[in-house]
Amino acid sequence: MDTASLSTPHAVRPEGRKPLVCVRHVSKQFGNGTLAVRDVNLSLGEGEFVSLLGPSGCGKSTLLRMIAGLGAPSSGTIEWPTTVHDASGEPQRDLGFVFQDPTLMPWATALANVMMPLTLKGVRTSEARERAAAMLALVGLSGFEKSYPRELSGGMKMRVSIARGLVLRPKILLMDEPFAALDEITRHRLNDDLLELWWKEKFTAVFVTHSVFESVYLSKRIVVMAARPGRVMADLDVDAPYPRDDLFRTSPEYAHLCRVVSGKLKEAIGS
Amino acid sequence: MTASVETHTSHGGTDSDARPVFVTEPRLLGLPASAWPRILAPIAIGVFSLALWEFAVRWNGIPAYILPGPLLIGQTLVSDWATLSGSLWITLKITFMALAAAVIVGVTLAVLFTQSKWLEMSLLPYAVILQVTPIVAIAPLIIIWAGDINLALLICAWIVAFFPILSNTILGLNSADHNLVNLFQLYGASRWQTMRYLKLPAALPYFLAGLKISGGLALIGAVVAEFVAGTGGSASGLAYRILEAGYQLKIPRVFAALLMISLSGIAIFLCTSWISHMLLRRWHESALKREN
Repeated sequence: MDTASLSTPHAVRPEGRKPLVCVRHVSKQFGNGTLAVRDVNLSLGEGEFVSLLGPSGCGKSTLLRMIAGLGAPSSGTIEWPTTVHDASGEPQRDLGFVFQDPTLMPWATALANVMMPLTLKGVRTSEARERAAAMLALVGLSGFEKSYPRELSGGMKMRVSIARGLVLRPKILLMDEPFAALDEITRHRLNDDLLELWWKEKFTAVFVTHSVFESVYLSKRIVVMAARPGRVMADLDVDAPYPRDDLFRTSPEYAHLCRVVSGKLKEAIGS
Repeated sequence: MTASVETHTSHGGTDSDARPVFVTEPRLLGLPASAWPRILAPIAIGVFSLALWEFAVRWNGIPAYILPGPLLIGQTLVSDWATLSGSLWITLKITFMALAAAVIVGVTLAVLFTQSKWLEMSLLPYAVILQVTPIVAIAPLIIIWAGDINLALLICAWIVAFFPILSNTILGLNSADHNLVNLFQLYGASRWQTMRYLKLPAALPYFLAGLKISGGLALIGAVVAEFVAGTGGSASGLAYRILEAGYQLKIPRVFAALLMISLSGIAIFLCTSWISHMLLRRWHESALKREN
């Protein structure tokens, strides 16, 4: 067998240290009775790149939002074992969130948008400006600090959104199909740059997608989910080494991995 | 093998070529070239109509107490300027004070309503009642109750002007992007921070649309209320001058006063439009022109 392989199901988790997030028996039922997520168990280790892969309606976005603290689970718990908790027992989640849309404030410049989390945390304006500018440079947007979102292309807006998600240097970055609305060429470029950021900044990445190719290219680990009700069907390791680039994208092992993951996804949809 | 970093060091990183292109126009006497037809066309129509009017009045020998020609109206405007300008000042003062009060009360109530659903549920119906009751019908009562005629006129103009600001600002405050609201929540933003950094800026275009409507309405309210107050009042705004001149059959003066009211309304509209444009031109869809 070649260097890349898929081990399934998960025999060995990196349990040497405590995971960052533990999702235990989490279910979510909406007010209208829809069971969005049923009995999901998942632990996210530090420094992982995990994709939640599944068809629309499999509750992957709902799960991601619950991890972020937007909406509580109907049953089960989401624990942050290594995180400080405040007086009321709420974990001080150290995370960034990137939505499917760039979700920028249209009245604010790119720099002001990236500064926003710092401002909300009470960081001094001069320091916030410096840190935001550095973050913008890191996502390849130096020179566009004063541009308004309307003046930027779709890919650039998404970069601003990622910069905003990372500006507090969070331990974990949650991304909800961030590149779904972009064209293929831009998406590839952003995938490359995202991997590089992850490699350099060493945050934990959780990436929701419905694209097999995207998930295999990016992830260390793919969680395949099925719909109605949303549940975890498979938890796969992608053993290909990083850094990955165009060579990997065109390699036979990539094709092989995609085929395997596609098969798992088909199983999940068919079940 | 290392991942390529070239895209980061080079300028723009990603698809900067795909940025939208905005219209840049040659300027003529300080204004964009395309603005001139918008200014010149209505002026041409106006001049033509006035000429037609003057001609019709002279040709048919219509007496000035039925329909004065534009030239006579212009002469009256100049000769009666001393009286009329004083009245104009009084009417404008009431208009702007009413508009200012409408902005303060409208925005404050809108902010309070979005903070507390209970407050909105209990008070909004009364704001609606105030809005749908014809001002002409309640003006006499307000004049009796207020005692001071200027205060009464101010209240009437304010009642007419404040509702568009209130309802538009409420709409604006509630239409902040839901994901952004979530993001603020995620970063633990306080109510005040969410209001200051997210909801108020998001409401700005809506508020400004309301302001444009209210500017005209405040003027109408001030004039209508004075008509109701009539000759019984001691105020001498433009409406009073129109009534007075009407009784004395000084019809050119009626027209001159009417002209002043119209011009004031147009000036207020241009003013609020300009404010709106200056505040929104960098970011709002309504103020941007794209090249296709």
